[in-house]
Amino acid sequence: MSTEALADTAQARIDAAWQVLHGVLDPEVPVLSVCDLGIVRGVAVDGELLHVTLTPTYSGCPATEVIESSVRDALQAAGLGPVRIVQQRAPAWTSDWISAEAREKLRAYGIAPPCQVAVSAEQDSYQPLRFMPAPLACPRCGSRHTERLSAFGTTACKAVHRCLACREPFEHFKPI
Amino acid sequence: MNAVASVDLQLTPTLSYLLRPADTALIHAQRLTEWCGHGPVLEEDIALSNMALDLLGQARALLAHAATVATVAGQAGQAGQACAGLDEDQLAFLRDEGQFLNFTLAELPLRKPGAHSSAPASGGDFADTVLRNFLLATWFKALWTRAVQSTDSELAGIAAKALKEARYHQQHAGDWVVRLGDGTAESARRMQAALQRAWPYTTELFAHDAVDEAAVASGLGPARRDLQADWQRDVDNTLAAAQLQAPAATPFISTGSTGLHSEHLGHVLAEMQFLQRRFPGGRW
Repeated sequence: MSTEALADTAQARIDAAWQVLHGVLDPEVPVLSVCDLGIVRGVAVDGELLHVTLTPTYSGCPATEVIESSVRDALQAAGLGPVRIVQQRAPAWTSDWISAEAREKLRAYGIAPPCQVAVSAEQDSYQPLRFMPAPLACPRCGSRHTERLSAFGTTACKAVHRCLACREPFEHFKPI
Repeated sequence: MNAVASVDLQLTPTLSYLLRPADTALIHAQRLTEWCGHGPVLEEDIALSNMALDLLGQARALLAHAATVATVAGQAGQAGQACAGLDEDQLAFLRDEGQFLNFTLAELPLRKPGAHSSAPASGGDFADTVLRNFLLATWFKALWTRAVQSTDSELAGIAAKALKEARYHQQHAGDWVVRLGDGTAESARRMQAALQRAWPYTTELFAHDAVDEAAVASGLGPARRDLQADWQRDVDNTLAAAQLQAPAATPFISTGSTGLHSEHLGHVLAEMQFLQRRFPGGRW
C-alpha cells in the first residue's frame, strides 16, 4: 500500500473507533457515552495498535476500570483492535468538557447538569459559609425553588438536591 | 502459609517527598473509612466515604508514581522482586510502619473507642473527624495549589486533579466546623476540645527538613513551611466564623513524616494490610 493509502486506512480506523466510542455508555450515568462526558481524550493509530487516551473524572472514581474495559471490549468487538489504553491525568478533567447535547440528556434523565466552571478568584479564595450553592433548576419541573440535601451522592461526581415545588429529589452533576 | 517479605525501600529525598502526601492521604482515607455505616446521619456517612474514596484515588496515583522512582534497600528485596516490579499495592500493603511517612495527625484514632480520653466512651467525637478533615484538606489544598508547578509532570498532573477534590473537601469540612463551632454551647465546647487535641499535631505540617530542601532545589514541589501562610489564612477565617479560639503553639512536633509514629499506626496497618499479607497478590 502507498503511504497515502495507509494514512487513509488509519484515518478510517480512527473514525470507526470514534463511532464505536459514541456508543460506549458510562456505567454510572447510562445516558451519557464516554465521549459525551469528555473522558476520551484522543484516538490514534500506531502501526497495528489503536491507542485510546482516557482521563479519569475523579481520582478515586471506581468506574475507571470498568470504563477502560468496556472501551477495550467495544473496540475489539468491532474488529478495531488490538487496543492500547492510556490513562492520562493532565489536563485534569473538568465538567466543562460535557457537551451541550449531553447536558440536555442529563437533564432529561433527571440529573441537573453542571454549570460552567469559572475558576475565578472568588472560587480560589476560600470563604467559610459560602458553600451552599445558588439554587439549581429542578430537572423535572424547572422550578428554582430547590435546596441541597447532601453535598455527596451516589457517585463521586454527584450531589443530592430536592425540589420544593414538585417535591422530587434529584441529583446534581457537580461542576469541577 | 507463605511468608511475605516486607518491601524495604531506600528512602531518597524524592521518594520521601512523594510518600508524605501519599501516605497522609492513604491513612486519612483509612481512618475516614472507619465511619462507613456509622455516620451520625446518612448524608455524612456518604460524605465521609466519598472523601475517603477521593483520597484513596490520590494516594493510589501518588504511590504508583512513587513506585517508579523507588529502589529497594540492601538484600531485603526478594529475588525477582526487582524495583521495576514495584507497584502502588506493594507500597501500600507491604511496607512496614517505619517506612510510612504520613503526618501523625492522620493516624490518630477517630471513631474507635479510646480515641481520646475526653471523648464519649462509645467512640470518638464527630468533632474530631470534622476538624481533622478540615485541617488536612486545607493543607492539601495549599500543597496542590503549588505542586501544579512541579517540574515533575506526573506530580503536577496529580496535583491539578487533586486540587479540585481538596477544595470540595475543605468547603464541606469547613461548613461543619462553623456549624458546630457556632452552634449550641455543647457543640461549641466539643469543637473547641477537638481543636485543643488536634492543634499540637499541626506543627508537623509545616516542619522543614532535608526532604523539603531537596524538593525546592529540584523544583519537585514546595517546602512545607511555604504552605503555612495559605493554610493559616483559611484556618483563621474559618475559626473566626466558627467562634473558635486557636490554641497556643506548643514546642511539641510530631514525627510521622520521618517514619516515627504514634502507637496507633501499627494497628491501622494491621487491619489495612492483613489481606495482602495473608493472601499475597490476592485480587478481587
